Amino acid sequence: MSSAAGLGGGPPAGSPAAAARPGRRFAGVPYFLLLPGLLWLGVFFVVPMLFLLSQSLQTGTLETGYRLTFHFATYTDALSQFSRQFLRSFEYAFLATLLALLIGYPLAYAIALKAGRWKPVLLVMVVAPFFTSFLLRTLAWQTILNSDGLVMRFFRGTHLISLTSALGWTNGNQLLSSPLAVVTGLTYNFLPFMVLPLFASLDRLDPRLLEAAGDLYATPLTAFRRVTLPMSMPGVVAGTLLTFIPAAGDFINSQLLGNPKTAMIGQVIEGYFLRINDYPTAAALSFALMVTILVLVSVYVRRSGTEELV
Amino acid sequence: MRPRRGQDSSNTGPTGVASASGDLVLSSLTKRFGPFTAVDGLDLTIAQGSFFALLGPSGCGKTTTLRMIAGLEQPTVGEIRIGEHEITYDKPYRRPVNTVFQSYALFPHLSVRENVAFGLKRRRSDSVASQVAEVLELTELQGLADRKPAQLSGGQQQRVALARAIVNKPAVLLLDEPLGALDLKLRRQMQVELKRIQTEVGLTFVHVTHDQEEAMTMADTIAVMNAGRIEQLGAPAELYELPATTFAANFLGQSNLIRATVAQRQPDAATVALPDGGLVAVPSGRLPAGIAEVWVGVRPEKISVHEAADRADPAGHTAGRNRIPAAVVTDASFMGVSTQYLVRTPWQQELMVFEQNRGGATIFRPGDRVSLSFATEHTFALDAGQDAEAGIELDEALG
Ligand SMILES: Nc1ncnc2c1ncn2[C@@H]1O[C@H](COP(=O)(O)OP(=O)(O)OP(=O)(O)O)[C@@H](O)[C@H]1O
Ligand SMILES: [Mg+2]
Repeated sequence: MSSAAGLGGGPPAGSPAAAARPGRRFAGVPYFLLLPGLLWLGVFFVVPMLFLLSQSLQTGTLETGYRLTFHFATYTDALSQFSRQFLRSFEYAFLATLLALLIGYPLAYAIALKAGRWKPVLLVMVVAPFFTSFLLRTLAWQTILNSDGLVMRFFRGTHLISLTSALGWTNGNQLLSSPLAVVTGLTYNFLPFMVLPLFASLDRLDPRLLEAAGDLYATPLTAFRRVTLPMSMPGVVAGTLLTFIPAAGDFINSQLLGNPKTAMIGQVIEGYFLRINDYPTAAALSFALMVTILVLVSVYVRRSGTEELV
Repeated sequence: MRPRRGQDSSNTGPTGVASASGDLVLSSLTKRFGPFTAVDGLDLTIAQGSFFALLGPSGCGKTTTLRMIAGLEQPTVGEIRIGEHEITYDKPYRRPVNTVFQSYALFPHLSVRENVAFGLKRRRSDSVASQVAEVLELTELQGLADRKPAQLSGGQQQRVALARAIVNKPAVLLLDEPLGALDLKLRRQMQVELKRIQTEVGLTFVHVTHDQEEAMTMADTIAVMNAGRIEQLGAPAELYELPATTFAANFLGQSNLIRATVAQRQPDAATVALPDGGLVAVPSGRLPAGIAEVWVGVRPEKISVHEAADRADPAGHTAGRNRIPAAVVTDASFMGVSTQYLVRTPWQQELMVFEQNRGGATIFRPGDRVSLSFATEHTFALDAGQDAEAGIELDEALG
């Protein structure tokens, strides 16, 4: 990194050549500034990606070593074997993103536009969960949702539990070890990633625009639909991406809050890497997951980007 | 759905309703922010279809007044009516009022066309496209209809703000210093444009400005506002020729104010004693009743400079003209169309004189002894209880 920073500095400011041709000197600056970032991406993203891709096409065992044989069958085998977990990951991630948006938007809106002097306090509260580890926070949900907890008692008391069981969201007479618990955990864990970008875009909204909308016969609801919402679209896009992407690859929530039937693809990959030590299969699943996310994201950004973003 | 007043008035607009039915009436309108009174008991009637200018220094409560009319601020006390309808507590989106905001407040995510169509669409008006096209033409924005506000110059944005409000043909259009950001040339051009649009469309305009020239050239009626109150209200010429307060005298144009004591009141004119004891005449209608101590006022361009008489008489009046004989020029600046003098009177007060440059007249130099004269009918008197300097610095700062 230190060499990158050195390159980013450009020629010394006082050098006569630089002073004589200011245009040339400044023309190169943006590229120099890009260098550290590009180096970082190269070392920590592109190289591992290539490594992963190559790993996924190798055959062999841990004992005998691996050789690159361009064995594409690993992909078809792994994907057909784990298609259910694959789809489930996207389904859960989608639900969690939707829920996080439904919870996060009003929250971000209230903090940005209605909180007044409480704004900083509320923002700190949004990020406060980051002070404890992801694992601990998810474990805490085991306690929250367990059979003698308040939530469970509420579900039993109101017979909501029968409803969720009938819908297949929970199994039997408990909340834990269910799709509902996994999606709840995902929503909770990634909510700050939704709220922060939403807050950033809503906080920038000029309240005078809302006054202008009111002046032009828009009811508060119409002003929200026609001004606030479209102007916060960059935040919505950023927030949903920041929630959806990590949620789709998550392997903690389904492990701690779910059951074997709620397993997500991240969990499978983790198992293949760390327990079964079948690196090619794990790499193939990882690579497939990443490509799928990339395709989904680019379609999404393109559709929302061209029409809605300012 | 509840009928909206905006539609009512726009439906009756073209067919022509009795003028009184659309007057904007403010009654003892007051706005306090905590202990601070921003607008203090305004009583105003603004005739339908008139161009009304609210003129005053920064912070005097102009924007606050407009915001109350638009419904963006709740009055602490008072009432707002348009014709028969009381709208004091109506929501902004229910009022037949549109605003051209000081900051434009254009919607950045919408094109010029969509910005202009915004109000019409909210009211589900028919023929949105043709109305928008018409107004874009009126404001000469046809070619820019598909741009976003960020791609426009300041003057173009200002016209979009105007088009966006005007297209709704509101009963009352509020303009909050809409020309403030423009350079002088563009401002003059837009003033002409605004006035033309107002006469063409026949809307009531309430135009806020602190540019006195703008107010005088455009408005049918000017209200001079100071510290939350209306100091004086009237047609531009009326206001200029006969200011009612020292603030109005100084803020609208410039005035010479001389301390004097009323000597004698007669039916058609009174005589007042200037500091040197000389008596000048003031028409009775231009002298407030029942006071002894006054400021005698005269506008600088109403004063003529002559070569001094030999004898150093005190001030006096003959044949409809007041005279101040023994004065000395202390400063003369030739301005092309006129010459501006500062002239010191025997009581050591400097008066301002603008002498039209008609050619042939002597141009005096500093040190020249001169005598001054001005028509009795151009002389006015104000209650001496007021500060003679009120409104001065503010005017110069903006000059
Ligand atoms: N929300 C508010 N809270 C407290 N005081 C306010 C508020 N809005 C305005 N004021 C005060 O009320 C007074 C009048 O403000 P206003 O905006 O009406 O002035 P203005 O005449 O429009 O001035 P300018 O020519 O500078 O635009 C000012 O002294 C201002 O500080
Ligand atoms: Mg203002």
